[in-house]
Amino acid sequence: MTKLNSKIPDGAIETKWAKYRSTVPLVNPANKRSIEIIVVGSGLAGSSAAASLAELGYKVKCFCFQDSPRRAHSIAAQGGINAAKNYQNDGDSIFRLFYDTVKGGDYRAREGNVYRLAEVSANIIDQCVAQGVPFAREYGGYLSNRSFGGTQVQRTFYAAGQTGQQLLLGAYSALERQIGLGNVKMYSRHEMLEVVTIEGKARGIIARDLVTGKLERHFGHAVLLCTGGYGNVFFLSTNAMGCNVTAAWKAHRQGAYFGNPCFTQIHPTCIPVSGDHQSKLTLMSESLRNDGRIWVPKQKDDTRKPKDIPEDERDYYLERRYPAFGNLVPRDVASRAAKERCDAGYGVGASKMAVYLDYAAAIERYGKAQANKLGIHNASPQQIIEMGKDVVKEKYGNLFEMYAKITGEDPYETPMRIYPAVHYTMGGLWVDYELMTTVPGLYALGEANFSDHGANRLGASALMQGLADGYFVIPYTIGSYLSADIRTKAIPTDHEAFVTAEKNVQDTLDKMMNIKGTKSVDHFHKRLGKIMWDKCGMARNEQGLKEAISEIRALREEFWKDVRIPGIQNELNPELEKAGRVADFLELGELMCMDALERKESCGGHFREESQTEDGEAKRDDDKFSYVAAWEYKSQGSFEVHKEELKFDIVHPSQRSYK
Amino acid sequence: MNLTLKVWRQKNSKEAGNFSTYQVNDITPDMSFLELFDVLNERLIAKGEEPVAFDHDCREGICGMCSMFINGRAHGPWQGTTTCQLHMRAFNDGDTIVVEPWRAAGFPVLKDLVVDRSAFDRVIAAGGFVSANTGNAQDANCLPVPKPDADDAFAAAACIGCGACVAACKNSSAMLFVSAKVSQLALLPQGQVERESRALNMVKQMDEEGFGSCTLTGSCEAACPKEISLENIARLNREYLMANLKKGLF
Ligand SMILES: Cc1cc2nc3c(=O)[nH]c(=O)nc-3n(C[C@H](O)[C@H](O)[C@H](O)COP(=O)(O)OP(=O)(O)OC[C@H]3O[C@@H](n4cnc5c(N)ncnc54)[C@H](O)[C@@H]3O)c2cc1C
Ligand code: SF4
Ligand code: FES
Repeated sequence: MTKLNSKIPDGAIETKWAKYRSTVPLVNPANKRSIEIIVVGSGLAGSSAAASLAELGYKVKCFCFQDSPRRAHSIAAQGGINAAKNYQNDGDSIFRLFYDTVKGGDYRAREGNVYRLAEVSANIIDQCVAQGVPFAREYGGYLSNRSFGGTQVQRTFYAAGQTGQQLLLGAYSALERQIGLGNVKMYSRHEMLEVVTIEGKARGIIARDLVTGKLERHFGHAVLLCTGGYGNVFFLSTNAMGCNVTAAWKAHRQGAYFGNPCFTQIHPTCIPVSGDHQSKLTLMSESLRNDGRIWVPKQKDDTRKPKDIPEDERDYYLERRYPAFGNLVPRDVASRAAKERCDAGYGVGASKMAVYLDYAAAIERYGKAQANKLGIHNASPQQIIEMGKDVVKEKYGNLFEMYAKITGEDPYETPMRIYPAVHYTMGGLWVDYELMTTVPGLYALGEANFSDHGANRLGASALMQGLADGYFVIPYTIGSYLSADIRTKAIPTDHEAFVTAEKNVQDTLDKMMNIKGTKSVDHFHKRLGKIMWDKCGMARNEQGLKEAISEIRALREEFWKDVRIPGIQNELNPELEKAGRVADFLELGELMCMDALERKESCGGHFREESQTEDGEAKRDDDKFSYVAAWEYKSQGSFEVHKEELKFDIVHPSQRSYK
Repeated sequence: MNLTLKVWRQKNSKEAGNFSTYQVNDITPDMSFLELFDVLNERLIAKGEEPVAFDHDCREGICGMCSMFINGRAHGPWQGTTTCQLHMRAFNDGDTIVVEPWRAAGFPVLKDLVVDRSAFDRVIAAGGFVSANTGNAQDANCLPVPKPDADDAFAAAACIGCGACVAACKNSSAMLFVSAKVSQLALLPQGQVERESRALNMVKQMDEEGFGSCTLTGSCEAACPKEISLENIARLNREYLMANLKKGLF
């Protein structure tokens, strides 16, 4: 078995990153000017990396498949971004953020990486504010914070329910500035379809111009994949429609190991599925759990309107089961608890697969506080409710509006119905401390890598990680590789490796176009999604996973015989784009099930029914499974697992308890 | 619901386009407008015809990618709503719905309902930023910002860059979009250093991209899914004037 080298620096945890930064080899400014870097992706990770590297003097090419880098999926993040600023004076610190993240991840993340993440978190907020990101503020003009799941301090910075949008627009403006200065060349509406390797090193990519359909070759001394997560393997998820695994999967096929592919996050608060036509699920930010209370009726199949169910006939099951954290338990715990209640027959709404998220108490509480603040001591209940609604509107207005538009119900008047949905993927390309994959010169940043969240990500930590990777980690760590590469001249793209890579991509596209079968791409995607959700979703077991693997194999075969892609290749052809992505999902899905099968313990978002405590909580098995599973691609359907042992010097693994 | 759709079909940027009429049946009120197009496309594919190309991604009203001109209105009949958040409850059984791409010199059609909005990126590249290299920042709370200013800046920053304002305007003016960014940064202390050059450079780029001039008809504000206010245009005009005065141009 290969020994995976995580390259965690020696020394005490608080000194690792500082020591690394001051000893990592540098590239001098003159050399930077002749080094080219390819950044695939323009989300928080990609935009921040591309802008920061260009500021340093590197020549950067950046790619995204949307029509503008500003539309990357990061734009949709709602709730907030964590940082250990301790602005609330409530006892937060770098150590506490580190500790919460390792614990929240159910002890399946690397301590060294997580500590660094917590260390740079504060700089992120500073940087974003300097760019003009309009975070929420208090009346005194200072930054405001809210709490999020899995923590007992308030360390989440936010911009109403549009935090991802504002952070991405900040990074995008930095990127556009570098584009304007000629330091970055942007390729929008381009999709990367292959990594080109020469003598074992990543040296470029093949990309398809999505408007003309033409394939292009691009050289880079290094290639950064900042291509996001793969939650859309489930078809229905909170991810944007275009989110996909293609870039990461192509890299995987070129030798990059895939870390913990089965670690997916199911978010507890999403708008439930309403019908077969549904194309995506909508998240109701976790920040809503701050103030909202989650409940189901105590009676099975209770058909009364929520307002007509008296207090003592409601089961606030999170508060009941987890008094210490209540509605703010981590996501995996909250999701499973909702599933447990619905499976037991207490679900609400037409489908019975939903629970209530209720704002009535919060509206009253805020209303009273507001009345006090304004010195109105004889406010009527009605006035109090109106004032409370205004406060709630200021905090969560856009989310409430979105809910109303989608469901046709008014959440200020009646509790929202919510249910868990696929949201985020902790798994991703395996990277070392420097964010390099197992292919030299090929890096993975943001949600595309597996690095910091273990088996469960805490809310508001993905934005933090994406920006940490792009602004503050890669600008240093890439020097370690490039400083040894300053003598490499740009390799002309008529090099044999580029020619072969392009030909392989061309052949695959031809093959796909020529199937001319009978079923649409979505048909296959929906079927794959159903297999994944039923058998590799919120609860998994050996039999189901084995079935899923053979079902996915059969589905993949059928896809390659019977998919119908209309139109031609050399034009804007959204069906062809989707087909390529689904083809890759059909391979990834299998690997996810294999990984889930191999990991016989429950941990974080990965719940193996065979491994639970008496009261139905996830049961880890540290003796056997305290490792990162890094999968090597051998051939289609054949993978070999390598294990990176996890060592915990500081945070000693214990059974997580939020009771 | 059974509906008749008249949809703009255009092969590419070079060929002329025209309307095609489709009958779509069994649509439910809780479907989104884009899900209506998913259904239409699924049926076109089954019949061996080419599906309608349209832009979309987040389907949550935040990425700014969806862009349909529906019954003469950018993003359709609901106030403050993107195409992807428009739901079929807005229509009645038997309705005929006309769907076109954004039409503006600055946004050439690429195919069917897909247009090229890269002009907006170039306008931002001309000045829609604060020049703060990574690593230059001081502690965030060293720079208190009065809450009203922060709130106004946020309201302007909510623009999703969809281009509905341009599509709705008879002059194809991009003033609402440009003014939103200029306002956001003019309202914040961080934006002061480059305040003048920003207004001048962004307006210059906007003109070069072929967007028309603003005659304050207000149709942009009415179409804007994020309800960006016309006050921003007034602010941009002031910023532009002041910048020119400082340069001694007037
Ligand atoms: C609805 C929602 C709400 C969320 N809210 C929060 C929150 O409040 N707090 C939090 O911390 N996290 C949140 N998250 C998670 C967080 O938003 C994401 O994990 C994070 O934004 C991912 O950023 P990224 O830069 O890694 O990737 P993305 O933003 O997904 O960007 C991927 C980029 O890669 C490009 N790309 C992909 N494949 C290719 C290819 N083959 N060729 C070319 N380009 C390609 C895309 O065009 C895009 O530019 C939320 C997620 C969702 C779904
Ligand atoms: S101002 Fe409004 S209509 Fe114009 S681009 Fe921004 S969000 Fe769209
Ligand atoms: S698809 Fe993103 S705003 Fe409509």
